[in-house]
Amino acid sequence: MSEMKYHNNFLKEVEERVEEGHMVKMCMQCGVCSGSCPFGPHWAHPPQELFMMIRAGKREEVLSSDSMWMCTSCYQCIVRCPRKLPITHIMHGLAYLAKREGLAPKGQPTAEFGQMFWDNLTKDGRVNELKLSLSLYFKDGFGQGVKNAMAMQSVGMGLMKAGRLNPMEILGGHKIKDKSGFHAMLKKAREIEDARRKLA
Amino acid sequence: MAEQKVAAYICQGCGLGDRLDTADLAKIAQKEGKIAFAKEHEFLCNADGVQLIKNDIANEAVTHVVIGACSRRAKTEAFTFEGIHVSRANLREGVIWVRPDSDEHRETTQEMAADYIRMACAEAKKVKVPEVSPERGGNKRILVVGGGMSGMTAALEASKAGYQAVIVEKSGELGGWAAKLHKRIPFNEPFQDPQETGVAEMVAAIQADSNIKVYTNAVTSKTSGAPGRFSVEISQESGPTTTEEVGAIIQATGFTTYDIAKLPELGGGKSSNVVDQAGLEALMKAANGGAIKRPSDGGEVKTVVFVQCAGQRDDTGTHLPYCSGFCCATSVKQAMYFKDANPDVDTVVLYSDLRLPGNNEDFYRNAQRKGVTFSKGKVKSVEASGNQCKVQFHDLILNDENAAIADADLVVLATGQVPNSGTNIDLFQAAEAEALSGTNPDAEAKIAELKVVSVLNLQYRQGPDMPQLKHGFTDSHFICFPYETRRTGIYAAGPVRRPMDIAQATEDATGAAMKAIQAVENAAVGRAAHPRSGDLSYPSFRKEGCTQCKRCTVECPFGAINEDENRYPQFNEERCRRCGTCMGACPVRVISFENYSIDSIGSQIKAVDMPDEFSEKPRILILACENDAYPALDMAGMNRIEYNQFVRIIPVRCLGSVNTIFITDALNSGYDGVMLMGCKHGEDYQCHFVKGSELASYRMSKVDDTLKSMNMETERVATYEVAITDIERVPKLINEYAAKIEEIGMNPFKGF
Repeated sequence: MSEMKYHNNFLKEVEERVEEGHMVKMCMQCGVCSGSCPFGPHWAHPPQELFMMIRAGKREEVLSSDSMWMCTSCYQCIVRCPRKLPITHIMHGLAYLAKREGLAPKGQPTAEFGQMFWDNLTKDGRVNELKLSLSLYFKDGFGQGVKNAMAMQSVGMGLMKAGRLNPMEILGGHKIKDKSGFHAMLKKAREIEDARRKLA
Repeated sequence: MAEQKVAAYICQGCGLGDRLDTADLAKIAQKEGKIAFAKEHEFLCNADGVQLIKNDIANEAVTHVVIGACSRRAKTEAFTFEGIHVSRANLREGVIWVRPDSDEHRETTQEMAADYIRMACAEAKKVKVPEVSPERGGNKRILVVGGGMSGMTAALEASKAGYQAVIVEKSGELGGWAAKLHKRIPFNEPFQDPQETGVAEMVAAIQADSNIKVYTNAVTSKTSGAPGRFSVEISQESGPTTTEEVGAIIQATGFTTYDIAKLPELGGGKSSNVVDQAGLEALMKAANGGAIKRPSDGGEVKTVVFVQCAGQRDDTGTHLPYCSGFCCATSVKQAMYFKDANPDVDTVVLYSDLRLPGNNEDFYRNAQRKGVTFSKGKVKSVEASGNQCKVQFHDLILNDENAAIADADLVVLATGQVPNSGTNIDLFQAAEAEALSGTNPDAEAKIAELKVVSVLNLQYRQGPDMPQLKHGFTDSHFICFPYETRRTGIYAAGPVRRPMDIAQATEDATGAAMKAIQAVENAAVGRAAHPRSGDLSYPSFRKEGCTQCKRCTVECPFGAINEDENRYPQFNEERCRRCGTCMGACPVRVISFENYSIDSIGSQIKAVDMPDEFSEKPRILILACENDAYPALDMAGMNRIEYNQFVRIIPVRCLGSVNTIFITDALNSGYDGVMLMGCKHGEDYQCHFVKGSELASYRMSKVDDTLKSMNMETERVATYEVAITDIERVPKLINEYAAKIEEIGMNPFKGF
């Protein structure tokens, strides 16, 4: 593997299949993004290194990395990049490709929560915040879920008193009017995007 | 010449009248300076004051003017009178601006001013307005050695300015390396893609230009003379030897590529699929518009690896230690050759630092846009196996020590430029010395061997070519005046002077052409070239006193002095830069200039009023380089930075012109200390005359013995390296030195 690197195959794949992927080749390895990232020290690979790995053809290593899942979208890197690379967008694009390719790291919390949010939203066309919170609390089992819920109890009570959280939502919650139309729309959008990005 | 008549004018402007007793100064000038008359004026540099002096010149036959006002560096236009010598006593920057305005200091301030008046009068009486040297050549043609991009540019630029040029090209055709390129690095907007070299157009322009004469297959086999009268023998491969008379010479002999066979670890010389950048250009030319094929078998090229800094920036001492500067952009360009022909070819540039100065940054960006991969890595080895090469490297970004590209069809090594400087005259002189002393029986053979590679074959005492600077590159005053060399009227241009690309070489050659034009114009009227531009004085020597010791011929930084058939020094005035290093070197003190001599400085030293041992008023002499130290002292004055009241400063042309007699004279006449202020010398020298300050410091190292024999403390003479920017440091040095002198005590020779 190590000897077949530094070819442009993976770079070309990224250009085709990742949002703003065509900008990866413009990175000049100055490292300002890595230095600016508030999460910098906590990643396996800071953005500039990830871009070099793409250019070195390290497909598996890039897509199975947890790095792009750590991005908090603070946009510090975009603001500072002297080459004007949309780094945040590329990070999310890479994460999406990794997920679709089944290479995203298992149990990565951001990846899991992303899926929960998507499922919650697409079900009825509205985000059910109560159910979303609970599914997050209970994702690691019942015992942990109770602990999580107890810890967040006062926040929940406060939200309820302020009318920001309706406990009745647990029974189903509010929905959009034309659910089947909404689902058809999502299906179509996905078809278009998959065709464009060559995603199966 | 009419009889000498000296008049002094003391200015009262700029506060001089308030701080100093100018009537007393005028009296001192007349009585002690023994001059014709002295006048005061309230504002000497205004029209009225200048007219006063002009009237005296016209009506009173004044020939020498002493001006007691501001520094010699100020108001030069007002105080320049044709045919009249002007000595300046620096009362403003040198006295009132560096001393506090209070009653307790009034006495010492006045003493300072009085001494500067005495010194200026003493100088005026010992000098003459220089007359133009009778020895001068008026030839204004320019010889260009080398017909590459630099040489062609220099010839065309000279011709455009109305000067005739002669090109001598070693090979059969003009164009040099540039003619061998497919395309060149972009040099104008929008700096995106490789551009045409334009060599054919330049060659055509030269052929059509009646001002330019071209010799091909030719070398300069003998060069003698001086600016304005060089005589050059041109030998052609199959043809007669022609002699061309020219006024100035531009050496644009360019470079040779570093031999890749010296890089076997990078596959150099081992596989036909490993080439240098010139080799790739040759492949591109051979492909003639088609795709480059793999040299070993004509196969398709799918992966190309560019190895930057191959045999360059080497710190092990094996290869070139320097960066050639052009090679990163060249690799960018060559990677584009492949990408433009077929975007699917993988091109990887392995660099340690990508150096793309100026607009080349845009060029680099466009290469990234085209998909060229740039990776920071140190290449460890290139091994050929079959028709492919394996490039192993340490990836410095991914920190992978064992990174490798196993299937490179072509590897391009970015090797550096090796200058075609000719003979190393340091080795040549050493061999000559060995031959003379008979210490090495092979010395004669070595001399012959060194001479073979000579470019100019100069008939100079100092050797057949120009001196070399670092790494074998031809001389250049690198820091201050890059086009200048130590051989007046001979200029180095292009990569022979320092590594550079075509755009830089073009600019360099244009500059050198301009310098050559200046040189021929100066030579025709007997003026000095930079840095004493326009100076008409020149050195002469008293033959009966000369001991033929050769120190002047050896020490002249510019090789201006040959030996005549009777072994006396032969000054080639047009080559002289008027630094006075010969005057400083001469042990019998027979060398002088009409307006600068042992006597003119010595008289100033002795003119100072010397208080006795018990006065608690020491005297410290400062001999300051007029190029850097003296302006720094003036600027200290402008910034009103105080320094010690007991110093007396004399500007000198260069510290190299300081003769050790000045030191003995000073100490014998009772000075308590002598400070010498010159430019930085050594590796990154800043001396305008290259070697002056270095020679001075060498000479002063010998003064210690003299001091000891006089039973004096060695601290009484101190040498300092001063830069023009040392405005705050110089007063500090003076004050520290004055404190030290106070500690040592007074000079015991006072009053003898």
